[in-house]
Amino acid sequence: MTDLGKKPGQPAGTPLLEVVGLRKTYGDRVVLDDVSLTVRRHDVICLIGSSGSGKSTLLRCLDLLEDVDDGVIRLDGREISDPRVDPREVRRRVGMVFQAYNLFPHLSVLDNCTLSPRRVHGLSRREAEERARDLLATFGLADHVDKHPDRLSGGQQQRVALVRALCNRPDLLLLDEITAALDPELVGEVLTIVRELAERGTTMILATHEMSFAREVATTVCFLSEGRILEQGPPAEIFSAPREERTRQFLRRVLPG
Amino acid sequence: MTDAWSPSKRERERRGIRRRRRLQSVLVATTLTVVVFAGLGLAIVSSPGWPSVKDLFFNEFHARESFPAVRDGFWVNVKLFLICEPVILVLGLAVALARTARSAYLVPVRLLAALYTDVFRGIPTILLVVLLAFGMPALQLQGIPNSALFWAGVALVLSYGAYVAEVFRAGIDSIHPSQIASAEALALSRAQALRFVVVPQAVRRVLPPLLNDFVSLQKDTALVAAAGILDAVFAARDYGNFNFNYTPLVVVACFFIVMTVPLARFTDWLQRRYAERERAGAR
Repeated sequence: MTDLGKKPGQPAGTPLLEVVGLRKTYGDRVVLDDVSLTVRRHDVICLIGSSGSGKSTLLRCLDLLEDVDDGVIRLDGREISDPRVDPREVRRRVGMVFQAYNLFPHLSVLDNCTLSPRRVHGLSRREAEERARDLLATFGLADHVDKHPDRLSGGQQQRVALVRALCNRPDLLLLDEITAALDPELVGEVLTIVRELAERGTTMILATHEMSFAREVATTVCFLSEGRILEQGPPAEIFSAPREERTRQFLRRVLPG
Repeated sequence: MTDAWSPSKRERERRGIRRRRRLQSVLVATTLTVVVFAGLGLAIVSSPGWPSVKDLFFNEFHARESFPAVRDGFWVNVKLFLICEPVILVLGLAVALARTARSAYLVPVRLLAALYTDVFRGIPTILLVVLLAFGMPALQLQGIPNSALFWAGVALVLSYGAYVAEVFRAGIDSIHPSQIASAEALALSRAQALRFVVVPQAVRRVLPPLLNDFVSLQKDTALVAAAGILDAVFAARDYGNFNFNYTPLVVVACFFIVMTVPLARFTDWLQRRYAERERAGAR
């Protein structure tokens, strides 16, 4: 059961993140069942699968937003699913972006981006603002620095949310269906950023419904069904020659043509 | 699910750790609570003036002796509260709605409502009670009650109606305009939108401050003592002045606490129920 995530032939060394036999239940409902996953530095893992297959729950478990019911999560070889681990220690190194942006409406874009660097990472206001302005400019948000989030379009808000996560310079970025709430025409501007991040070697795990995007940027695609990783591998393999019948059914439904 | 899952060794260890930590925090909480409360009690009891204070304020004999009079007086407070509260709610909501009205025909009502809140929130409640309880009966109007108790109740209603109206108005204003838009998009009239969409949400939101005002009103029913009405406070003062002992006042305090605590717990419960039903998973 545990060797699902191991890819023989890869160079040795501790993976950045290792998930073994993860289980999560809500009451009687099993949401994640024996999920195993290995993430190495510079990997881009795309989680695909229909709604309710457990993608979001998996990400929430990895960020310790949920207690797991069994299994082990290791970050850099250290078990973080141990109750004695301070979740904040983990979240200093792991960034997360949500489907609904979850920006703080009472803070300007700049203050949204400097809050954690200043209060958690101990940067001075000047350093934090410099870093935030840099990143905001890189992602085409230089004009919106002093606005409040609700003044921006959905795409802009989601880009700000990404920058906010990046300002902490995370080792690992978790993206939870970050384009699902956006108009189709706004999806592109957000995915462009994610693509750039992938090219720069940012390690990411993303739950997504954008299949062509997953095919293009992912190093590994995981197909989840009913709380299990039914199949995982390089995108070329999953999208062109899926092993499982259920993967085939799912892809037939979501892929055009 | 048919799979025979049983917790792994690691998970059992983790559960053990969680259990130990829970136990530890219960232990810390208990010890700290005992130490703090014992310390407070000791500080009070060991103070130099404690014996005379105990005799003057916590005298068992006087507590028992004054109890029937205080209890009978307290019934007046309870009645006042029970009758005033619903009237205040209705008045407050009506004034709040009047102030949010946008129709041209309702402009005078709106102004009147604004004037009402400004004036009656500005007057100290005790003044209002004294003025109305003594002044109105003196007018010798026909066809309306002339008892001081009635007018003291009216004074409480007017004073608290103004507060509660502002609480309601804040709640109504805090509902996002998109809610009204989507109600109007369903072809609801503005009044219907208020009645079925805005006000129900506003009421949920203002429950805690409303409770605050209720508790405050429960206590302020004691102000009618200033108008010479025989409520719990008046009875206690009467007894105290006669016997040179303040214990009845402490008895009254206990009565008020016993009345307010259940209301607070009830609101907590209501709030929790709304949260569970309407915010599931929105963590």
